[in-house]
Amino acid sequence: MTQLNLNPNIPDPDGFYDELLDVHQGLTKEDSDALNARLILILANHIGERDVLRTALAAAKRS
Amino acid sequence: MDTPDGPYQIEAEWLIACDGARSPIRDMMGLSFDGRVFEDNFLIADVHMTADFPTERWFWFEPPFKNAGQSALLHKQPDDIWRIDFQLGWDIDRAAELDPDRIRARVDAMLGEGAEYELEWTSIYTFQCRRMEKFRHGHVLFAGDSAHQVSPFGARGANSGIQDAENLAWKLDFVLRGLAPEALLDSYSTERSFAADENILNSTRATDFLTPKSEISTIFRNAVLQLASDHAFARPLVNSGRLSVPCVYDGQALNGPDMLDGPARTRVGAPCVDAELKEGFLLERLTGAFIVLCICAEAPDVIEVDGVLVQHVLLTAADDPKGMVRDRYLGDTPQAIYLLRPDQHVVARWPVASAQDVSDAVRVALGKGIT
Repeated sequence: MTQLNLNPNIPDPDGFYDELLDVHQGLTKEDSDALNARLILILANHIGERDVLRTALAAAKRS
Repeated sequence: MDTPDGPYQIEAEWLIACDGARSPIRDMMGLSFDGRVFEDNFLIADVHMTADFPTERWFWFEPPFKNAGQSALLHKQPDDIWRIDFQLGWDIDRAAELDPDRIRARVDAMLGEGAEYELEWTSIYTFQCRRMEKFRHGHVLFAGDSAHQVSPFGARGANSGIQDAENLAWKLDFVLRGLAPEALLDSYSTERSFAADENILNSTRATDFLTPKSEISTIFRNAVLQLASDHAFARPLVNSGRLSVPCVYDGQALNGPDMLDGPARTRVGAPCVDAELKEGFLLERLTGAFIVLCICAEAPDVIEVDGVLVQHVLLTAADDPKGMVRDRYLGDTPQAIYLLRPDQHVVARWPVASAQDVSDAVRVALGKGIT
């Protein structure tokens, strides 16, 4: 089983952060929320492993 | 007993209470029926029409047509009847909504102006998900809606009632014939309440998708629907009700050992899946008794356990030209012995089994291990 990677893993972190904010540029709150939800579902499907997803949910909840 | 032809009296040692969701017997015994009421009304309009729509089940979330409510369903039934179901929400005027003119206006908006149809039957329903804590109270056994009530999504009502009957019939038979302890009937309650919980869980999940209960759940629901039109991955997340499948009795007291590295779908506790044989089908051969199913394996020498007959069904590769038995019961293993209950659930399975292995498992399945 793959472990959830919570170490730095994204090459060029500033560049990624820029792209993340960019995609929300000019959107209403409603459209941004919808985009975030779609993004979460797309990434979750890519990960696919229920254990990893469960650990990620807990990490996001900071519990 | 009250009947249209007048009342009569009957005395019985055992009572199976199949008297429906409002069970008078349950009330007379002062037993509770706890769960959750879903605050929603659904309008059913069965219409008679000859339409050239494909025979598909159509489900609309936030339908585009006028006054359709939060969701709508259209599916074909026999004899040119189409069932239309509108989700109306909680605060409605029932009498007004059942006015045929009002229903026709909704149906016209859905089917398009000029659609020719007759209203066959209309009704408004609400639903609850709840169950009794225990389905057995001494010699009174609750079955069907009297024991558990679910939403109609996924055909779980009548199916679970029939599964209750299949679970109970053989157990009561063995107890009445003195071949099993009364404790066997407690397993009816534990197995079928386990199944009821599964049904309630599925119903609740479908309802939460249909009628999101918070802002964020609406956001995710709509995100799933948007993605589903673009990408295959999101389609399994769309939940307009999951079709009922029989419960796998995982971890239940009547289960014997699972010693086979076989397919998960035929694991201990699972209902047997059918397979086409050279002649006929597998399930036809599993005829309501304890059965030792030997697949490419030598049959253990056991025909009776404590007065209970054990039948044998022997299959070889020659019986399985399409490989369905191999795929569904063997997987990557070359041979298997399955012990099956009269209701076709798997008690135990082994690569090789002795008469003692089978006898021990039959006794477990007869409730002789329940203390």
